[in-house]
Amino acid sequence: MKYSIFSLARAALSGHKNWQRTWRDATPKDRYDVVIIGGGGHGLATAWFLASEYGIRNVAVLEKGWIGSGNAGRNTTIIRSNYGLPGNTGFYELSMKLWERMEQDLNYNAMVSQRGVINLYHSDAQRDAYARRGNTMRINGIDAELLDLAAVKKMMPFLNFDNPRFPVQGGLLQRRGGTARHDAVVWGYAHAASGLGVDIIQNCEVTGFVTDTNGKVTGVETSRGRIGAGKVGMAVAGSSSRVADMAGLRLPIESHVLQAFVSEAIKPLIPGVMTFGAGHFYVSQSDKGGLVFGGDIDGYNSYAQRGNMPVMEDVCEGGMALMPMIGRVRLLRQWGGIMDMSMDGSPIIDKTPVDGLYLNAGWCYGGFKATPGSGFVFAHLLARDTPHEEAARFRLDRFRTGAMIDEKGQGAQPNLH
Amino acid sequence: MRIVCPFCGERELGEFTYLGDAKPVRPAADAGEDAVYDYVYLRDNIAGMMSENWYHGGGCRAWLKVTRNTLTHEISAVEPAAGAGAAKVGA
Repeated sequence: MKYSIFSLARAALSGHKNWQRTWRDATPKDRYDVVIIGGGGHGLATAWFLASEYGIRNVAVLEKGWIGSGNAGRNTTIIRSNYGLPGNTGFYELSMKLWERMEQDLNYNAMVSQRGVINLYHSDAQRDAYARRGNTMRINGIDAELLDLAAVKKMMPFLNFDNPRFPVQGGLLQRRGGTARHDAVVWGYAHAASGLGVDIIQNCEVTGFVTDTNGKVTGVETSRGRIGAGKVGMAVAGSSSRVADMAGLRLPIESHVLQAFVSEAIKPLIPGVMTFGAGHFYVSQSDKGGLVFGGDIDGYNSYAQRGNMPVMEDVCEGGMALMPMIGRVRLLRQWGGIMDMSMDGSPIIDKTPVDGLYLNAGWCYGGFKATPGSGFVFAHLLARDTPHEEAARFRLDRFRTGAMIDEKGQGAQPNLH
Repeated sequence: MRIVCPFCGERELGEFTYLGDAKPVRPAADAGEDAVYDYVYLRDNIAGMMSENWYHGGGCRAWLKVTRNTLTHEISAVEPAAGAGAAKVGA
């Protein structure tokens, strides 16, 4: 099914009763060249790039629940490439460039909206740090603008500029950043990958790995039977340790819960994505009008997909400090997702010590923006057996060698990243 | 989540700070690189019952050993950590 203005017109004329399913809900075959565990954004993007860029179409994506039922549908939909450290800067810009062509590549409307991401600064030291990050971005060909107070006031006159403790001094703006509809990203990759022959298999939980006498992974045991595989890729962030454990691996990862929030719908207020620099609060406004916001992880290990009150309070305090008028808006929904918190706050995309098993993990709470880039470089790794140049630093052994990518400078304390 | 501190009684979560899994033990100074790497970076990341270190910074400022289910957040035991005045509550 190819979507266009004509397909829309045809469907409209028949009362929208004849839309076809956009992807095939497949049943497992005996064997695939590549099996990807995890039918979230990253797993499906990996399958799509394997099929479209690397010509490997005998691919299955195995999903325990339904596609997009994990973090793909739980994030705050922000896309940006404003990272400062070598390893991250280039990778996230690769991902941003893929966002910019995604809808044409997939023939699917993912509502990618480059409405801008601004990080506000509240002190001279923070301004200097943001200026440095902005310069790093610009040196690497990424757009960044350091705004002064007057420019921020013009863009967002509704902020509390009289906060004596955390005065807004300005912000670092990436105009190409913005938001995308997260469910549509999942459906779009499923649509396009399925169209190239990828099998998307739902309600199929991996329960173990099949290995040959040399210890090489040759397939997976699942709730829908044994499935053979030339290579197996894991893209199960949140549950990486549990799946890796089945292969006898221990990872430099802790699972933590991150909450997100949506308010009732209000008239257009917030022009793009905005972050409060003196606490941890980020907010954008959905096309339906709800304010979508979040903050820190709860800070304790969890697989429960729900959080607790102290972080809700902290997030709302951050929002109130920045724009006190949101105290009049009611909170509509709140939920939690499970994050792979790595030991340096950066992801891992690498071969594992187990032959035939490849790892895509450790996205902390920044995985959504990386979806296309992650799929692209993981497909490269699976197809070529060598890391893509933009992901070459996301090594599993960097914690041993000391080549960490610690954007926040927190050290090996996952709940502080 | 509320934690029943053995010194202060039941208190809300915001009074406590989390350190993590109580199982890893700092290796001896001559233990070698592998042991240190394992201690600092690798985690069991248990899905289920886990013994954890929490700090009651908003109360008695004692370190506590909390047994908690990471799948449900249910807390089944709270004890003073070794050396944290354990003798005073007879633990």
